[in-house]
Amino acid sequence: MKKILTSLALIGLVAAGTGAAATWAIAAEEAHNAAAPTHFPIDEPKEISWSFAGPFGTYDKAQLQRGLKVYKEVCSACHSMNLVAFRTLSDLGYSDAQIKSLSAGYTIHDGPNDAGDMFDRPGKPSDYFPPPFPNEQAAASANGGAAPPDMSLLAKARGVERGFPQFVFDIFTQYAAGGPDYIHSLLTGYDQTPPAGMVIPEGTHYNPYFVSGVSLKMPKPLSDGQVTYDDGSPQTVDQYARDVSAFLMWAAEPHMEDRKKTGFRVLVFLLLFGALVYLTKRKVWEGVAH
Amino acid sequence: MSEGHSTYTPKTGIERWFDARLPLPRLVYDSFIAYPVPRNLNYAWTFGGILAIMLASQIITGIVLAMHYAADTTLAFDSVEKIMRDVNSGWLLRYLHATGASFFFMAVYVHIFRGLYYGSYKAPRELLWILGCIIYLLMMATAFMGYVLPWGQMSFWGATVITGFFSAIPLVGEWIQQLLLGGFAVDNPTLNRFFSLHYLLPFMIAGVVILHIWALHVTGQSNPTGIEVKSKTDTVAFTPYATIKDAFGSIVFLFFFAYFVFYIPNFLMAPDNYIVANPLKTPAHIVPEWYFLPFYAILRAITFNIGPINSKLGGVICMFGAIVMLFLVPWLDTSKVRSAVYRPWYKLFFWLFVADAVLLGWLGSQPAEGSYVFMAQMATLFYFAFFLVALPVLGLIETPRRLPNSITEAVLEKNKGGGGHPAGAAASPETKG
Repeated sequence: MKKILTSLALIGLVAAGTGAAATWAIAAEEAHNAAAPTHFPIDEPKEISWSFAGPFGTYDKAQLQRGLKVYKEVCSACHSMNLVAFRTLSDLGYSDAQIKSLSAGYTIHDGPNDAGDMFDRPGKPSDYFPPPFPNEQAAASANGGAAPPDMSLLAKARGVERGFPQFVFDIFTQYAAGGPDYIHSLLTGYDQTPPAGMVIPEGTHYNPYFVSGVSLKMPKPLSDGQVTYDDGSPQTVDQYARDVSAFLMWAAEPHMEDRKKTGFRVLVFLLLFGALVYLTKRKVWEGVAH
Repeated sequence: MSEGHSTYTPKTGIERWFDARLPLPRLVYDSFIAYPVPRNLNYAWTFGGILAIMLASQIITGIVLAMHYAADTTLAFDSVEKIMRDVNSGWLLRYLHATGASFFFMAVYVHIFRGLYYGSYKAPRELLWILGCIIYLLMMATAFMGYVLPWGQMSFWGATVITGFFSAIPLVGEWIQQLLLGGFAVDNPTLNRFFSLHYLLPFMIAGVVILHIWALHVTGQSNPTGIEVKSKTDTVAFTPYATIKDAFGSIVFLFFFAYFVFYIPNFLMAPDNYIVANPLKTPAHIVPEWYFLPFYAILRAITFNIGPINSKLGGVICMFGAIVMLFLVPWLDTSKVRSAVYRPWYKLFFWLFVADAVLLGWLGSQPAEGSYVFMAQMATLFYFAFFLVALPVLGLIETPRRLPNSITEAVLEKNKGGGGHPAGAAASPETKG
């Protein structure tokens, strides 16, 4: 009987062993196949040290303003940001008057009016960023068949799987920048030469950081000096990519600072309350063997 | 425990008035104050209270979220984002609710494994255990439907995959699938009925929880030794002893919960679910929420046909079978000894089973290809072997360690040399044997 028990126990161990071997085998196989990779992205996103990381992280308002500028001057030509209202730009440090004039710079298609006609009017702070294309079909046909994704939630909608054991460490380091890291790496990952023999489909652009293939339809969007910064920050692709990634993180998670601040108070409260309850518990159980 | 032994004596006029008409104060007093609990319960026993808190939290945050949510395929995704951006503390409500579902499951898994380890399902607690299994099933249905409501990519494709299982059932499968979906594919009728049911099921859970607690209060709690309460000295009064211990356990649990809610709220969520559902674009990997992963791995492990049963139906049978096993545990376990503390072989197999469940969970998150499939098959085999071979066979051949004569004796043995008073002095006078 003991034999049966031991063999049953062994099944579990064998399963675990094959697991380790299999993972290793898959990794080894991939390493030998640089020209035709099967798992994406080819390169893991680079981890950037963001101002909003960690338990006390806050958005860098100057950076968000620069990121907004990059979005307005570059990204917004193709990417909508339907969920972000002009009024929320006060988070970036803009005054009401600045937001008013910024939104007035946009034309909003509105209506129907009393005569039943649609009309154009200047934007108001309560409006949302208008989309560059009237509908998804128009966006797709103008961009080689694939509509550029809406950017409101992009920083939370992207993220490369971290894998074991990294995802366990992420709990303790509070790593929550998978989205902005990915966006930054993608935007700065264009100028690399594909490995010899790799087939890049017509009309796409090689990028080892792209999460679902060897290449993507979007051509390299940023180049050095393209956007003028008036605060003296470097006008490089890397800096643009950082700024716009940070801005997109804000767009996706506008209440993050509030969340972390509240969280700190909640944890301190629970810690103190827990300590008091623990001492009370000790007192109550004092003298009761258990 | 039962009404016949009530020790409640109304002291004020109002209490007497109530007691003669609706003895609610008596019920509360007997159930949550004088109710005797074994004195040796460890912190694993605080998860019942934690689960009650989580259920209440989910219902309260859920009711408020429903005030702002729109169950319509064209509005659902944006209405959730409206909650996140414009509703006062909406982000807190939604993160509490979404992360709360995960922590609800974490607590329920600790609760179930605790029951398995200490043999809490054994006579006379079979019904108590089965009611718990029903709650777990209802939780899974509720969580699955709740995940569909934000109408993200994973919501849509998860719903498509999971309702697809039902089409594997012979003869009536397609009819059941169409009934669930309200059509031929996941669409607006699906979202509407899922929202309706997602609102209904938690109250059904609350109802079964009442039965669960009722059954518990009839048999009394089991305890780490697995020996029944024999005398007054084996127990302490629920209040203050269990209340304060449960309170501390709950605060520690809430600390971890708050850490996730406030610092890494999206850690347990798939990024794909922040993309609005698109029926024309399948995500690269459709992965269910972590708490379903072991069952998902079992489902996908069956890649071969068995006689007339094709692999799809076989997978579905195994997946549901994996849950049915839990219902049968009270009769599969043949051991006369309850607690794994006194069962060396069972203890080993219990921990192997835990490791196996974790392994299955990890395999469920990996693509079903290459050697992952073989590993999932081995792990599935062990899963069923634990219930169908280890549980019945171990009970017959294992020689348990010597059992103490009573809970009190076990406690005093453990505390030998410590300054423990005789237990009688500890138990409050209201405690009944």
